Amino acid sequence: LKRALRYASLCGPATKDVAMPEDDHTHDHGSELSEMQLRVKALETILTEKGYVDPAALDQIVENFETRIGPHIGARVVARAWVDPDFKHRLFEDATAAANTMGGFDPVAAHLIAVENTPEVHNLVVCTLCSCYPVSVLGLPPVWYKSAPYRSRAVIDPKGVLAEFGVTLPEVTQIRIWDSTAETRFLVVPMRPAGTEHWSEEQLAALVTRDCMIGTGVPRVPQEAVR
Amino acid sequence: MTNSMHDMGGMHGFGPVEAEPNEPLFHAAWEARVRALQRAMGATSVWTLDGFRAAQELLSPLTYLSSSYYERWFRALERQVVRYGLVGEDELASGRVLRPGILLNRKLTLDDAKANRSGRYDRPAPGPARFKAGDFVRARNINPTTHTRLPRYARGKLGTVEAVRGCHVFPDTSAVGAGENPRWLYAVVFTARELWGEEADPAIKVSIEAFEPYLLPA
Repeated sequence: LKRALRYASLCGPATKDVAMPEDDHTHDHGSELSEMQLRVKALETILTEKGYVDPAALDQIVENFETRIGPHIGARVVARAWVDPDFKHRLFEDATAAANTMGGFDPVAAHLIAVENTPEVHNLVVCTLCSCYPVSVLGLPPVWYKSAPYRSRAVIDPKGVLAEFGVTLPEVTQIRIWDSTAETRFLVVPMRPAGTEHWSEEQLAALVTRDCMIGTGVPRVPQEAVR
Repeated sequence: MTNSMHDMGGMHGFGPVEAEPNEPLFHAAWEARVRALQRAMGATSVWTLDGFRAAQELLSPLTYLSSSYYERWFRALERQVVRYGLVGEDELASGRVLRPGILLNRKLTLDDAKANRSGRYDRPAPGPARFKAGDFVRARNINPTTHTRLPRYARGKLGTVEAVRGCHVFPDTSAVGAGENPRWLYAVVFTARELWGEEADPAIKVSIEAFEPYLLPA
């Protein structure tokens, strides 16, 4: 059972409705997680007492992920590209520089590359060798992005993977997979949905999910918003 | 090790991709601490990011597959602190400090963490680029026993240079303490048919980010 659970953690949840708050999760896996908790705590204590790390800095790093960095940043960048042709042009020239002209989030240091979905080409991002991800604009990657099924299949069976995310593309649309094998990081700019011509930048940003910017999703306009 | 479990592109048998609805940022508090420890230890520059990846690749295939993402990071961290003489195996085993730490050049401070700045890997070019966009190239068939970022599925395959990314830290040397050795980096695109055979979908293309030493003119 222990092995099965650990394997499940690599490959994503065993069932689709397994999402639980952290406390339930800990309770469920009891001994194993507390063993990791103890081992990690021991390592942190040793590294702290030896003067290599500062626990306050560690707290701050975690807090950055919890409060400052996330897909809301990428969504703002995409929405700006949808409404501002000049920004869009600059984004595809140098995504790092363009994103950093926006303000309101920590400057992007990564060598960011924006790739555009069109009726002709759909882009999909993966890291087959580890789990490289545009953290500065999307935050931490989900477990599935880091899992063996996604890393193994995105490059050989992208249509199958997209189908599992409920994405089916027109026959004429080519698929382009970007394997993040270096320190370049990719941000997919999805197509702006029809019927959003008069939407504000903020309303548009709300349509841009994390998966849209990886390529495993497409922006969907809620039915009630269309009417 | 290059031909190890981490190089998964194109493998079969792992099953469907299953997304977790409303996935939490971390699944346990220790995952957050491992994430932060990796960042803070990385900032000391005792080892490089590529060295940290290589440490994960040294895990046995069974351990690699049966560990979660942050368990792999934790195992790699333990391996690195021992390997570089920062912590003794006896200290890890006992969970206690048995001797003073060694003096490191750099330590991540609270202010560093607040600034939330990460590093760049672009470097000045040591010479002109060998390839330009539109050039046909063949990925070399290499099987080094140390770290590389040329995935197995692309080795020996014919592709096209699509973009020149500039000069970047070369992972193959950076991982083994042999220096940054900056090399030109290219986006190289392959057809799915070149990678996976004539049965593959002609509407699919895959690109890798390939360092110049991985490529031959074709």
